[in-house]
Amino acid sequence: MTATRKRKASGAGAVASFPGLFIVAGLFYAFLYFPILVLVAYSFNSGKRSMVWKGFGIDWYGRVFTNDAILASAFNSLVVATVATILSTMIATAGALALARGGEFKGKTLSVGLITLPLVVPEIVTAVATLMFFASIGMTFGLGNLIVAHTVFCIPFAFMPIRARLEGMDTTMEQAARDLYSTEWQAFRYVTLPLLMPGIIAGATLAFVISLDDFIISLMVSTAGTTTLPVYIYGMIRQGITPEVNAVSSILFAISLALVTVYWFASKPGK
Amino acid sequence: MSTAFQKDPRSRWLALSPTYLVIAIFMAIPLCIMIVISFLEQNVYGGVHPNFTLAAYQQILFERDFDDNLVFDPAYLIIIGRSLLLALVATLITIVIGFPVAYYIVRQPERRRNLLIFLVTIPFWTNLLIRTFAWLLILGRGGILDSPFKWVGLFGPDDSLGLLYTPFAVVLGLTYTYLPLMVLPIYASLEKLDFRLVEAAADLYSNKWSAIRYVVVPLTLPGIVAGAILVFIPCVGNFVTVDLLGGAKNLMLGSLVQFQFATARNWPFGSAVAVILLLFVVSNMLFYARINKGGSTQGHGS
Repeated sequence: MTATRKRKASGAGAVASFPGLFIVAGLFYAFLYFPILVLVAYSFNSGKRSMVWKGFGIDWYGRVFTNDAILASAFNSLVVATVATILSTMIATAGALALARGGEFKGKTLSVGLITLPLVVPEIVTAVATLMFFASIGMTFGLGNLIVAHTVFCIPFAFMPIRARLEGMDTTMEQAARDLYSTEWQAFRYVTLPLLMPGIIAGATLAFVISLDDFIISLMVSTAGTTTLPVYIYGMIRQGITPEVNAVSSILFAISLALVTVYWFASKPGK
Repeated sequence: MSTAFQKDPRSRWLALSPTYLVIAIFMAIPLCIMIVISFLEQNVYGGVHPNFTLAAYQQILFERDFDDNLVFDPAYLIIIGRSLLLALVATLITIVIGFPVAYYIVRQPERRRNLLIFLVTIPFWTNLLIRTFAWLLILGRGGILDSPFKWVGLFGPDDSLGLLYTPFAVVLGLTYTYLPLMVLPIYASLEKLDFRLVEAAADLYSNKWSAIRYVVVPLTLPGIVAGAILVFIPCVGNFVTVDLLGGAKNLMLGSLVQFQFATARNWPFGSAVAVILLLFVVSNMLFYARINKGGSTQGHGS
């Protein structure tokens, strides 16, 4: 299959090649990464005003780690992301197994539609709907509210890589296990689950990144004591741009980058 | 091989039930409650009174004057119009940039292609708030774009190009934010494209541009449409970009909803605007479903 794809891509030769595209693509990547580079560069600015360069320094990173409010909101973010990731990955794994290994059944399309619902609805709509829902049933569990809201929108992100892995997986190993008199559970535990693991890791990583980075839903659902890091950063931006924002934003960016790289390698097809 | 899920439908539903329960209870029901609230009376202290009224939807078009008469007021229609217009402009720009970039990527050797696609997805997975904030540093007063003008002495230290808080800044931010969502689906359909067709076009004396125009673009149209919808929907409902780069003068639907809950405390009106947003999404999805159905039969014939 790879061979045909290669041939397809290179078959047309000079007709399909546009040398000028190199420049367009170059500009595109520059556009994509320029703001991030600016942000990181400014975070190493030792000056007091964030937009005036005064020289290299890591003072603002030091400030971030001694700022109790930032640390508290970062802690909230970590708790919410960790619990929401565990819950959503477990739920999504069960759902993906039923959908990918359950054959054709009535309601399959509907099930997939329901799982992708959080992706389709604009985030701001989900945010206010969740806010009103919690208010009308009187649910005030602090971080618990946030965890529930995050679990919901993390499910589709955990679900997609797990399902993709399941559908690309060869079922002969599972068959072999069954032929060798393993029980259904043993076949799952010792064959399916280990083979599925890269998909689960990829899904969990995505869920974690999405939860950690979520801003709008957290903004609407969080209360005074349960501010997450992005919500706190938003507050800082609103009060005026300080170099501290640059530093904490750069840290958050680095964390996301690391996690996305993990996801990238975990979701790569292969043995 | 038949799995336990196939032999016993109950186990299949058991495995699916947590997904169903969580999304139904915490997503579907809240959306229904929101629709109900949009038809209720506002409680000025936050929350609602349980009386049916169309006031929230009326408020979108009309305003009550001093004599309590309904007077047509286009203020919110302007916001809706602005949302659609700026989202449309941003979508068109992402197509114009996204198509050539996707085309460039697909023509690369496979290893390089994977790396280039990875680079496209990275910004998408990093924090939207932070990426938007970075533009504040660039566009803002005394930001990167202002500095060369300051050095040359074109304007004093307190002057600025004034790019921030303009529709331009909003379109720029939206384009920047959602470009990856345009490149990826176009890339996916280009990757499936058989480039021998382009060769055939060349054999038939087509030049490069008409080969693109009459062969590549029609065959990758599903990808372009998918990208357009993926970009357009979040643009219309966007809050972060509009809020940070647009300021108070360039309110759009998403920021209008947020304002009703965070500041104005008008739940029914906020819900009504959110319902309108949902309607946009649904109509877009239906449009996409229709195009996709028509496209599968059309593709071979033409």
